[in-house]
Amino acid sequence: MTDTLAQVADPPPRVEIRDLRKYFDVSPSWITRLLKRQDRSVVKAIDGVSLRIPRGTTFSLVGESGCGKSTIARVVVGLYGPTAGSVEYDGTPTERAGKRPAKRRHMQMIFQDPYASLNPRWRVRDIVAEPIVAYRLMDDRRAIERRVGELLEMVNLTPRDGEKFPHEFSGGQRQRISIARALASKPEFLVCDEPTSALDVSVQAQILNLMKDLQREFGLTYLFISHDLAVVYHISDYVGIMYLGRLVESGPAKEIFASPRHPYTQLLLQAIPHLEPQDHQRMPLRGEIPSPIAPPPGCHFHPRCPLANDRCRAEAPRVLQTPDHRELRCHAAEEGRLTNLSASAS
Amino acid sequence: MTTRTAHLSRLGELLGRAYNSDLFWSFRHTPSAVVAAAVACVFLLLALLAPWVAPQNPFNLSALSLMDSELPPVWVSGGDSRFFLGTDVQGRDIFSTILYGLRISMVVGFASVLLAMTLGVSLGLAAGYAGGWVEALIMRIADVQLSFPAILVALLVNGVARAALPREVFNDVAMLILILSIGVSSWVQYARTVRSLVVVEKEKEYVQAVNILGRHPLFIAGRHILPNTTGPITVIATINLALAILTEATLSYLGVGMPPVTPSLGTLVRLGNEFMLSGKWWIVIFPSAALVGVVLAVNLLGDWLRDALNPKLR
Amino acid sequence: MSGYRATPLLEVRNVRVEYPTRTGPLTPVKDVSFSLDAGEVLGIVGESGAGKSMMGSAIIGLLEPPGRVAAGEILLEGERIDNLSRAALTRIRGRKIGLVPQDPLTSLNPLFTVGQQLVQTIRAHHEMSDKQARARALELLTEVGIPAPDRRIDQYPHQFSGGMRQRVVIALALCAGPRLVIADEPTTALDVSIQAQIIDVLKRTCRDHGAAIILITHDMGVIAETADRVGVMYAGRLVEIGPLRSVVSEPAHPYTSGLMSSIPVVGRELERLSQIAGAMPRLTATPQGCAFHPRCPKAFDRCKLEMPELVPAHSSQAACWLY
Repeated sequence: MTDTLAQVADPPPRVEIRDLRKYFDVSPSWITRLLKRQDRSVVKAIDGVSLRIPRGTTFSLVGESGCGKSTIARVVVGLYGPTAGSVEYDGTPTERAGKRPAKRRHMQMIFQDPYASLNPRWRVRDIVAEPIVAYRLMDDRRAIERRVGELLEMVNLTPRDGEKFPHEFSGGQRQRISIARALASKPEFLVCDEPTSALDVSVQAQILNLMKDLQREFGLTYLFISHDLAVVYHISDYVGIMYLGRLVESGPAKEIFASPRHPYTQLLLQAIPHLEPQDHQRMPLRGEIPSPIAPPPGCHFHPRCPLANDRCRAEAPRVLQTPDHRELRCHAAEEGRLTNLSASAS
Repeated sequence: MTTRTAHLSRLGELLGRAYNSDLFWSFRHTPSAVVAAAVACVFLLLALLAPWVAPQNPFNLSALSLMDSELPPVWVSGGDSRFFLGTDVQGRDIFSTILYGLRISMVVGFASVLLAMTLGVSLGLAAGYAGGWVEALIMRIADVQLSFPAILVALLVNGVARAALPREVFNDVAMLILILSIGVSSWVQYARTVRSLVVVEKEKEYVQAVNILGRHPLFIAGRHILPNTTGPITVIATINLALAILTEATLSYLGVGMPPVTPSLGTLVRLGNEFMLSGKWWIVIFPSAALVGVVLAVNLLGDWLRDALNPKLR
Repeated sequence: MSGYRATPLLEVRNVRVEYPTRTGPLTPVKDVSFSLDAGEVLGIVGESGAGKSMMGSAIIGLLEPPGRVAAGEILLEGERIDNLSRAALTRIRGRKIGLVPQDPLTSLNPLFTVGQQLVQTIRAHHEMSDKQARARALELLTEVGIPAPDRRIDQYPHQFSGGMRQRVVIALALCAGPRLVIADEPTTALDVSIQAQIIDVLKRTCRDHGAAIILITHDMGVIAETADRVGVMYAGRLVEIGPLRSVVSEPAHPYTSGLMSSIPVVGRELERLSQIAGAMPRLTATPQGCAFHPRCPKAFDRCKLEMPELVPAHSSQAACWLY
């Protein structure tokens, strides 16, 4: 095994994903297929992704719609089973949630929609206590109550908030309750699926700060899914850029943001609206994101890529390791054709 | 705080919340709902307290006398002050018979709704949550049953029971048979509604959060998803209640429901029908009026509830 | 500001929007005044609940009843539009004011082709034959960058991707030649790479048609790329308004500066994002005095009692007792 991100080579990375694939069969019913002479259609939501998340770090997956980042989150946490490939936690392969649940208590998830992620009919204290009850971590009801109170205080709410129902809280507060619930079983690893995308900017800042504080205090490892590059810049140690099911570039976050290599990464970073006036012209990212059901052959990005050649149209690029701990999937990089893609050099 | 005072203060808190809720406000401001609720309450009370309110027990055959038969109501000449609304052909006091009949109608109505709800909600929950062949099977059975009118299904169940049991036994268990047949004929609505609700709720993130915890599917379905389906179910149940009472009346009217010795309102209408043209109108009018009153009241309440709980109309 | 100014295109004076409820009226927009010149791009930014979408709906006359403009005036080219009859408003809408709403999925009628919707709107506001209107529609589709417009004009909305649909919506907003376009969160539902395209299309086409834009959004980055002036809304009021660079780089109001520093920016290395404690007050629980005072690091006694008006502050205007 290569150790691209192996700054911590001795203890195994908290999470390792090896050549993960997840395909969804979205074919119409067999009668329709028979009558219309159609083939099966399969969405390759995850098409061969490998990455490592060292302990105590934040690894972010970034991409636009259809890139598969949310699917990876769900496979890692066990809601879906992989079609091929594996997910390893502390060196041992994981299983689907529901099988031997006690072993999974180290892994929890925070969701995007603060309004749908809490059961509207349950009181907050029951919601937060549920992981403790489900994993049978404590028996005494009073001890559980106390622990719920502690958890609520950890996320800057009060123990009395436990008596209320979710609809009495704002979006940001609900997200805190979700975090409290996720921390209830003392996890080591949190998968965060766009936790701040539905929140206002000022609330987002509170939640991101809270997550950083908790990470420092408890040594948590995060897999952070987002489409917001600025948030990812602020919070990540490592970042992986995804496009239509493939990881096109990954590596240490600050370096990727400072000097992006893959054409998609470069163009994506330029497309972010900037607060400060930019001193260079941006190169437009043309075209639309193709449908995941029928992605372009070869390198999926070739229709929109200014550096595409015939090989790009025919052959999918393989993973390249670069000397500075990055991984890249790009023929132009392999062939040494990679350039800086702003219209005029800054 | 002792548990007793804790419970009481809990109750007080709930009542206070209910009083201030949007639902009760809507109730207070919908005149038809208030009137309907009042009427329904009156009927309910009368039915519950029938043995104490009714001047006569019409099911006690020994208390009846054929000498008192076919007497008109007290305000018509020839009426007897003992029999407020007159008597029927067997000498039974119409007023008392209506009260007892109301009792039967309400018991059958509530019980059959309960049966249909239990059956329908469980099957709907199973279908929605399990998916796959379980869902397909249950929904196809539901579809098949829907292609028959509910009355027909009730008649079918009833007919089978009638053929299977000897006459005396049948008379004794007529009420149970009625409850069974009406309940079985109306579970489909609940099942379909619950199933579509469950399919939506299943995808929500709070369910996914519980899935990660590896809880048992029965727990998830019963403790997490089911409480979120109570709103629409309540509306269906209320509207169904009116229908159940009417269905029972129809079956009795057709002669396949409650027998004449223990008549429900429908049976009374049938018995009294023959006497319409001979001028003894009171035997059919009063039971019919009572029936219409109950069904209308429950229907109006159901309408109000459906509109009040509909988020789009708020 | 220069000495002589022509009559502004749009003037909003002390507008208040109210929604009557059983416990008393809710006021999502409490007191907003601003003006807009022809061809200008004004960004209205604020978090959810600030009332910016309500403001936009009020201007174009699309407030959902029982909501209504309870006070103030809205003048378009010098004439009041807030007190018009429904029929008169329908004439103005489209002809003088165009709307680019947020969700391209629901803002186009799925039952009609794109061409039919464009032609309908064009002919509703101009005397034109079917053929002429169709030719105009084709021009517009080309302008907003729809490839192969002569083929796509006869397609249905569901055959377009999200970004393409939003371009069609922009074309629809511009087809009757309005002087003002209100864009309500036009890029929120789109991917990042498409957002940049749509912002370009919006800016370019409005400039070519001579239409002013009111861009309502919570995304400060989008405003920074598009607007000439920015207004910041908080709890139903404008707390700051001024030229773009002033508001972004030297915000005068404490809320604006809190907001700007809590936005993560690629390249700005920070251990913690600066955060504003608490959350925007709910409509039913607005504090007395300045609505921001419970969260304001610079609040003093006067802030708790009196509501500040917009006064000049640095190079913009801010509603704050600090000035």
